[in-house]
Amino acid sequence: MKIKYVSLLAAFLFAVSALAVAGPEQDRDALIAHYKKTFPNIKFGDYIYGALSMNPDAKGQYDDIMAFPPYAIDLDKGQKAWETPFANGKTFASCFPNGGRNVAGNYPYFDKAEKRVVTFENAINACLKKNGEKELKYADSEMGLLTAYARSLSDGMKVDIKIEGKDALAAYEKGKTYYYTRRGLLNFSCASCHIQNAGKFLRSEQLSMMIGQATHWPEFRAGTDIVTLQKRFMQCNNNTREKPQEGNSEEYNDLEYFLTYMSNGLPMQTPVFRK
Amino acid sequence: MAEEMKMRATMQGDAVDVKVLIQHIMETGLRKDPKTGKMIPAHFINQVSATLNGKMVLDMQWGVGISRNPFVGFRVKGAKVGDKVAVHAVDNLGTVFDGEVVVA
Repeated sequence: MKIKYVSLLAAFLFAVSALAVAGPEQDRDALIAHYKKTFPNIKFGDYIYGALSMNPDAKGQYDDIMAFPPYAIDLDKGQKAWETPFANGKTFASCFPNGGRNVAGNYPYFDKAEKRVVTFENAINACLKKNGEKELKYADSEMGLLTAYARSLSDGMKVDIKIEGKDALAAYEKGKTYYYTRRGLLNFSCASCHIQNAGKFLRSEQLSMMIGQATHWPEFRAGTDIVTLQKRFMQCNNNTREKPQEGNSEEYNDLEYFLTYMSNGLPMQTPVFRK
Repeated sequence: MAEEMKMRATMQGDAVDVKVLIQHIMETGLRKDPKTGKMIPAHFINQVSATLNGKMVLDMQWGVGISRNPFVGFRVKGAKVGDKVAVHAVDNLGTVFDGEVVVA
């Protein structure tokens, strides 16, 4: 009888834990199904191109530009920033596994000890702090140029965000709540545009689908203006007439966690050109 | 000077497709410095020429309408792999920029 009770309890606990983790995966599957219905002719792998996947002429122009992008010289600055040693002789590569190659797809991750989301920019600043250097301002252009090069070392890597444990799940849920909450004078949520109206035109621009968005940040808007993902959050806040937050705020980090998880399985490419 | 000009030259059919990216502030001279209230002096590239194996194929006079870090792309018929494309740029202060690339 005791064995039966233990195995019953084990089965129950397994079911409960499976249910707890099934949430994000179910959310993601539901969204993929939604976009497959909205865009029956766009392959899942092409979601990384956003609105460009909806317009072959635009995609053709994008490919031409990417053959020799206008930010080529700016990217060299990022490379220099990544490779220049600190005062103590070490480089950024020493702070990451594999010298920083194929790591970006693991960010953000949830730090169980610190009970918070850790973004790639957090890792960069932790590296600077560890080596006695001054930290960089979050979502700023200097951080953007550095991470534009640093993340390019993971080009092709598939996004692989994990949500393990109840605290990580809580952070994911907070990010998800932010995503679906209406805000600002215009009273839009992120979902209003990128889920409900993906593919439709907002003024002159076509709205991209949410899945795939997190794979290509930071990006060079207008070819030479470096914008990080959280800087884009601020811009979207401005677009709905809401006061933007500071980079590295808890809400932005949770939102980045949620958004990046939703792009799991898609290949990353950084930086990219956008209009 | 090498880091201020990036070039690429690839064969496309019977013509070479050349792409040049020049790092330059291209200051028009029409902007005012918000801190000092004084006009920022003009500093822009005003002459660019390109040669194929030493023979001039393109000669441009630029004005203040060309924006920062200018990009120029052009095609030259009759080029082949291994040919040398050179670009020579001069700005209004007399600074010279040179770049060279071998057709791939």
